[in-house]
Formats: sequence, C-alpha cells, structure tokens
Amino acid sequence: MIVVEKLTKQFNGQTVLDGIDLRVEAGEVIAIIGPSGSGKTTFLRCLNFLEVPTSGRIRMGDIEIDGSRPLNQQQGLIRRLRQQVGFVFQNFNLFPHRTALENVIEGPLVVKKTPRVAAVELGRKLLAKVGLAGKENAYPRRLSGGQQQRVAIARALAMEPEVILFDEPTSALDPELVGEVLATIRALAEEKRTMVIVTHEMGFARDVANRVIFFDKGVIVEQGEAKALFANPQQERTRQFLSKFLTSGN
Amino acid sequence: MIEDSLQLALDSAPFLLKGAYFTVILSLGGMFFGLLMGFGLALMRLSRFMLLRWIARVYVSFFRGTPLLVQLFVIYYGLPQLGLELDPLPAALIGFSLNMAAYACEILRAAISSIDRGQWEAAASIGMTRAQTLRRAILPQAARTALPPLGNSFISLVKDTALAATIQVPELFRQAQLITARTFEIFTMYLAAALIYWVLATVLAHLQHRLEARVNRHDLEF
Repeated sequence: MIVVEKLTKQFNGQTVLDGIDLRVEAGEVIAIIGPSGSGKTTFLRCLNFLEVPTSGRIRMGDIEIDGSRPLNQQQGLIRRLRQQVGFVFQNFNLFPHRTALENVIEGPLVVKKTPRVAAVELGRKLLAKVGLAGKENAYPRRLSGGQQQRVAIARALAMEPEVILFDEPTSALDPELVGEVLATIRALAEEKRTMVIVTHEMGFARDVANRVIFFDKGVIVEQGEAKALFANPQQERTRQFLSKFLTSGN
Repeated sequence: MIEDSLQLALDSAPFLLKGAYFTVILSLGGMFFGLLMGFGLALMRLSRFMLLRWIARVYVSFFRGTPLLVQLFVIYYGLPQLGLELDPLPAALIGFSLNMAAYACEILRAAISSIDRGQWEAAASIGMTRAQTLRRAILPQAARTALPPLGNSFISLVKDTALAATIQVPELFRQAQLITARTFEIFTMYLAAALIYWVLATVLAHLQHRLEARVNRHDLEF
C-alpha cells in the first residue's frame, strides 16, 4: 500500500530520520512507539509531506515522490497522495469557523468537487459513525476535545482515504476523554482500514495494532507482531523503554 | 445671527453635499483599490520568492514612510514633468489607493501570519491547494484579526481625503474653503464640513462593527 525507501530528514545538520524503510500492507494497523524526540512524529508527517524529507522515496499506488528532488515540482503528486492519505492531528486542527458538518464535508466539496447534497449525506453518515449524530451544526469551540478529535477523524474519513495516519491522537486530551477516541479508532481497525498510529497508549497499541514499530534516535530499533513485541522485546533499548510503561500497569 | 448662520449653512448645503460626494468617491475608491492592491502585496510578502518579498517590503516602506501630502504632490504636480498629466480626481484616487495599499498590506500580512500553522496543515492534509486553503480556511479567520485595524485605516482615509483639496479636487473641505472665501462665515462652514466628515466616519464605524459581529459569529453560536 505504502512503500517508504531510505527516508532521511535533517534539521540544521542534525539527523532526525536516518534512512527509514517501511512497507505498509493493505488492511494493516501499525502502531509507532518510542520516546519523545525519537523522530516518530516527524516520520509520520513526512509520509504525506507535511514535513519535507531530505531524501528518500515514498510510493503509493502509481504515485511516487522523490524526497531528494525539489518538492514544488511535485506539488501535483503530493496533492494526489494527500487525497488518499488521511491525517489526524494531535491538536485536531479543526476549522474553527466551520461547524462539525462543514468541517467534515470541506474536503469532498472543495477538493473532490462532490455535489453538496451528496457531501452532506456523507458527512452526516460519518458524524453518526463517530458517535456525533446531532452535533452537525455545533462549532468546534462548543465541543469537548474528544468530540473535536472524532470530528477530525470523520473529516479524514470523508476523503475516503486508502490510509489514515494518526499523530498522537489522544495526547492532547483529558484522561477521561481518551477512551472515546480510542474506541473510534478501534472500530476503524475492525473494518480492516489501513492505519499508521503514533501513540503513547501502549495497551491500545498492543490490542489494536497488528504490527508495532519501536523508534529511537531516528531509526527503527525493532518491529514485530504487536503482542509478541510487547511480551518479548528483542532489543535491550526496547525493553528499557517498555519497562517504564509496564511497571505503571499499562 | 444664529438664524443667518443657519440660513447660510442651508444655502451652502448643495455645494457641501457635492463636495461630500467627491469625498465618498475618494474614500470608497481608495478603500477598494487599496484593499485589492494591499492583498496582492500581502501575498507577495508571504511568497517564497525573495524578489517578490523584497519588492513588497520596499513598497510598504516607501508609502508608509513618506507623507501622504507629498505623495499626492508628486503624482499631481510631479508626474506632468515626466509627461504624465492626470486630472485632479484620478490623481487623488491613485494617491489614496497606493497609500492605503501599504497599510492594508501590513494589516493583512499580520492577520494571515497570525493563523495557526495547524490550519494550513489541516487543509493540506485533505489535499487542498494553497489558493483553496487561503480562501476557505485562512482568510475567513484572518478577517477577524484584520477588520478592526482595517476599519481604523478606512476611517483615517475618509479624513485624509481632505488633503485632496490641495490638488484641486472639489471635495468637501475644498468646497468649504471656497464658500468661506466668498462669505467669510469661517466657523459655520468649517464646522458644517467637520460634521459631515463625522457622519461619514460614523457610518463606516457602524459598518465595521456589523462586519465584525458577522465574522465572529462562530464564537457566539451553538
């Protein structure tokens, strides 16, 4: 589904991503874990070019983008890629001047040129799917963090993407609101949607992901089947990292 | 005495109103073209091309850094020496537009830059182009920030149009001057002119508040 080859990213001489290779298969749910500053969020953002990689290739279907070539010559490709790759932000980033429904239908309406009636129908369906039927006309300010994040998920779904990327989707939420967002993502996993999720929720990663990737210092230290990796990490660094979570009862 | 003044004010009303007509033309024209050009300049300021950024910077620096009166003189009295002769009204209109553009540019640039980067990213993530993002996501939010200072600049413009009197535009202040020269009713005429400026500025301030309430409605509604 997505093939990443030798992706690197440097910030003022500092290497943040050091030649990452990754294949995401259709229907796969991948959780990316790792300490802060390990490059996992940067990696996720590079996948749809919110962050500009220094070099490396990303291939998806017939779209191939070469990070070492100037990206403004590949804008059209990047836009096509983004239409197939949904992104859910840590801080939701809803459009504050649009209602929940307007947020969801913005992509179909403006980018896909879906007729309004069809877009609204789709939008209502998706809001209902994330448990927000009745909130169509609410502005983001009037919604809780958990509700806003679910609108953001519906907004990503509205583009009918092949893959959805989640950047720490629950990190900005009050603890009691985390559950509702995780439940929404879990439901998407059950539909066999392809997803890549950067998360600190270890229990969630173990239960929902097929594969877990442990990032540290800009490289993939270890990856494997989720339950196996949590039960029996092979690398010392992974054990060290996980021990902090497991002792706290996660 | 009072009756005489009132009578004079009434007799002069058609002249003053004709002047007010030019004042309104200059104000609306300056706002419209100034805003249009200012928006273009703001986009240049935010462009990734250094040359465009630099041109816009120099433009703004010049038109904010020199007196409007001097700019009007350069256009109306100076350009003819270069073979470009303009009638008073177009000369004034050009002067006010060029000047307003510099202020509008800075206001719009600041307002656009104040929008959180996450909004650009959210729009990009659903595949919107830069132009779509500006139009659909950024500008409606930037308008909230830009409206109060734009309103201020517009009100200043209405008052600054009095400077056009110096380049022969028969606007409100010029009419008042002409009438006082004939009648010596200095206090009455200038006070009447001042009141008309005040009315125009008040109408504008009112429109600004209405617009502000409109762009802020998502703060208030459920």
